[in-house]
Amino acid sequence: MLTERAGARSLAPRPGPGPPTLPAWSPLAWIVAAGFAALLVLAPLASLAVEALRGSSGLWPHLLAYVLPQAVRDTVLLLAGVGLLVVALGAGAAWLVAAYEFPGRRLLDWALLLPLAVPTYIVAYAYLDLLHPVGPIQSGLRALLGYARPRDLVLPDIRSLPGCILLLGFVLYPYVYLPVRALFLMQSASLIEAGRSLGLGPAAVFRRVALPLARPALALGASLALLEALNDIGAAEFLGVRTLTVSIYATWVNRSDLPGAAGIALVMLVLVLALTWVERAARRRRHYAAAAQRSRRMSRTRLSGLPALLALALGLVPVTAGFLMPAGYLAAAAAERLSTAGLSPAIVGETVATLAYAGIAALLATALGLVVAAGPLLAAGGAVWRDALLRCATLGYAVPGAILAIGLMAPLSALDGALDGLSRLVTGAGIGLVGIGSGAALVYAYVARFLAITVGTSEAGLARVPRSLGDAARVLGRSPAGALTRIHLPLIGPAVLSGALLVFVDCVKELPATLLLRPLNVETLATHLYGEAARGTYEDGAVAALLIVAVGLLPVALLLRVSTPRA
Amino acid sequence: MPRHRFAPHLGLLTLAALLGGPAHAQAPASAPASGEVNLYTTREPGLIRPLLDAFTAKSGVKVNTVFVDKGLAERVAAEGARSAADVLMTVDIGNLIELVDKDLAQPVRSPAVEAAVPASLRDPEGRWLALSIRARVAYAKPDLKGLDGITYESLADPKYKGEVCLRSGQHPYNTALIAAYLVKHGEEKTEAWLRGLKANLARKAGGGDRDVARDIVADLCDVGLANSYYVGLMRSGRGGPEQKKWGDGIKVALPVFEGGGTHVNVSGAVVAKNAPNRDNAVKLIDYLVSDEAQGLYAKADYEYPVKPGAPVDPLLAELGPLKVDPTPLIEIARQRKAASLLVDKVGFDK
Repeated sequence: MLTERAGARSLAPRPGPGPPTLPAWSPLAWIVAAGFAALLVLAPLASLAVEALRGSSGLWPHLLAYVLPQAVRDTVLLLAGVGLLVVALGAGAAWLVAAYEFPGRRLLDWALLLPLAVPTYIVAYAYLDLLHPVGPIQSGLRALLGYARPRDLVLPDIRSLPGCILLLGFVLYPYVYLPVRALFLMQSASLIEAGRSLGLGPAAVFRRVALPLARPALALGASLALLEALNDIGAAEFLGVRTLTVSIYATWVNRSDLPGAAGIALVMLVLVLALTWVERAARRRRHYAAAAQRSRRMSRTRLSGLPALLALALGLVPVTAGFLMPAGYLAAAAAERLSTAGLSPAIVGETVATLAYAGIAALLATALGLVVAAGPLLAAGGAVWRDALLRCATLGYAVPGAILAIGLMAPLSALDGALDGLSRLVTGAGIGLVGIGSGAALVYAYVARFLAITVGTSEAGLARVPRSLGDAARVLGRSPAGALTRIHLPLIGPAVLSGALLVFVDCVKELPATLLLRPLNVETLATHLYGEAARGTYEDGAVAALLIVAVGLLPVALLLRVSTPRA
Repeated sequence: MPRHRFAPHLGLLTLAALLGGPAHAQAPASAPASGEVNLYTTREPGLIRPLLDAFTAKSGVKVNTVFVDKGLAERVAAEGARSAADVLMTVDIGNLIELVDKDLAQPVRSPAVEAAVPASLRDPEGRWLALSIRARVAYAKPDLKGLDGITYESLADPKYKGEVCLRSGQHPYNTALIAAYLVKHGEEKTEAWLRGLKANLARKAGGGDRDVARDIVADLCDVGLANSYYVGLMRSGRGGPEQKKWGDGIKVALPVFEGGGTHVNVSGAVVAKNAPNRDNAVKLIDYLVSDEAQGLYAKADYEYPVKPGAPVDPLLAELGPLKVDPTPLIEIARQRKAASLLVDKVGFDK
């Protein structure tokens, strides 16, 4: 493992930074494929831009005067808080299980991923039930302390910005934990030991060696978590936090001002792009590739006694807050419902539909993400274009789900029109709608939204493949595509698979686009749950909620397996 | 890891996805030839399922549904001339009128509708109709004084300082109430009222209507506004034993506007402009305003039926007689945007 290019020099003398300079394998094929992926994402964004350009009278003066000052402040505070929390929890937990050995570590290792399986809006509902003054916790506390009335013991309300930050932080930290943990595990012992031998304590090794090395993984994980937080509508709206996304919805839904809503969403997108660009620019001149030799893995420091207990307790905090509490509450509610109402037979079909859509979308997103991320290996030259295509393919994640789904409608409608026209021309008869209102539209929405994840994980995986390996393959006569399939793919398999599983879990949880785009008579677990929540009986949806969690658990367990390098 | 393991699998799986995607997708989307009607609804399917099943049993017409939340109008508009949608059902008069404004509804002349639904609750040209009524009522601490004849106006009175619980001012239920206030009192007075109401809030505006009841039971506040049907949902125990406690722990009153009545909103329906099964759509609408359906529909969600004389659920009846405010719904819908802007202006949700 090396950084700042120091080790690269020792492996293979290179003409300079950038991709291999040997004759390139038809970059055209890559450009076509990556261009297609970019087009998939750009089409809805372009239609939103067209929508925004239709103009919204008096929108910006109103927003500037009354909405943005507070919405921007709340959004920035929310993101700062969630960002700090997910990085601290994610990186801290990853270091804990990677650097130390203690009883219960193996359990913690995968349990720390569990909050990934729980949608944020479910967590918000469950926590308000649990923490409300008439909920079990405060009631118990009052009974214990001898207070008669809730007003005698007023505790901070979860329905607040700090409450929302805590809640989202404890649910979203696995986005950071997952890649950072994988990175720590792949880290070679030599750097850590060098740090130790230079007299650094454990904390300093973490801060000055491990953490800087993990920066690409941290950046990837934190950006995914932050975009989730930014575009969250369920939890924020429910907890009364007025973020930019909430004001986008108010503009659209209450004022029938779709141009205005699209406008705010696009401005938000530009801000996200700017921030991403700054982070990437700061990282641009560094390389984080690993050395080609199989390096010795860092050995875990064995803890015993009080420190071991402390480590376990520390690791259990995020698991408890992010998973055990909400899932336990749901399980209790589900058990109660099942005993009184039984299991709805429709739920089997809903589970199958959920799995099918999420599975197909995850596969497509993975394939496209891999192709897009492989650009630097396949297409020599034209770095600016390459980079632009790559970034375009990741834009869908930076727009609220329902807004992206709305943006999809115009392109789908145009496609339907074209197909119908074609069919009339060829067969003389029109065809119905094959785009809008079909499962394909839903899969498209998932892919467009979550492509950023698979591009990101593939990129991160490829970045860790030593250049020397690819160069060696090229010198030995492989084409760039050959080098990719024979050398890179086997090495980055785990990274790619982890991207696929993340997308799968995200699709299972996805709500706004699913609600809006799914075909007639199709319910998924998420839409079933939302239906119950919408009529104020979300405890009836506890079974569906629990199934969402259960369906998400399997990939989460797999995620752990694939992200653990084999000994 | 062996060299070849990953790539071929990926290829196969991708192929399967490409083939499987559209095939899986196609079946339900195509418009049926006959004997069916396609319902796009923002009403939760569990709520209207008994009603639709009864319709199918009676008429033999199968009802396909898709439950859409935000974006119903956008989806139907994008589907255009070949849309499968026959009937669109939604809540809130603003949403209903939006379907008409976006030219997604077609006029339907139905003697059954004209006989059953009062003129104020349907479009004179037959493009929309209301199917049920819900009132914006007051939930209060059982021992709160001055609850009888309480007015919406009085909720801004400083005597309620720190004692009012409400959901977001940007929620359509509140936006419609504020829009009605605008129609009645004009912008200046409405703004003052909103500021007063805001100053009286016990907590940040947010959550759902039932949280008003829960927060009153928790002694966080004395009074709040919420929809009438939640009273039935909570008190019947249908929402579970916890919610029954909230429902039983509050007193419910029907507030009025000064010199007016109680603010109501509606759920309703339109026949889609490009309905492929127009006849069945009309059949469904006619059924929905029949005595049987009005009873079922009102009971399913503890709403007031639109048809005069149709039975009201006892849990709703015990709230007392509903005196509907005479402000035309259509005027309320027209003020929705202004109401939403005003909510921002006074920082109601901050």
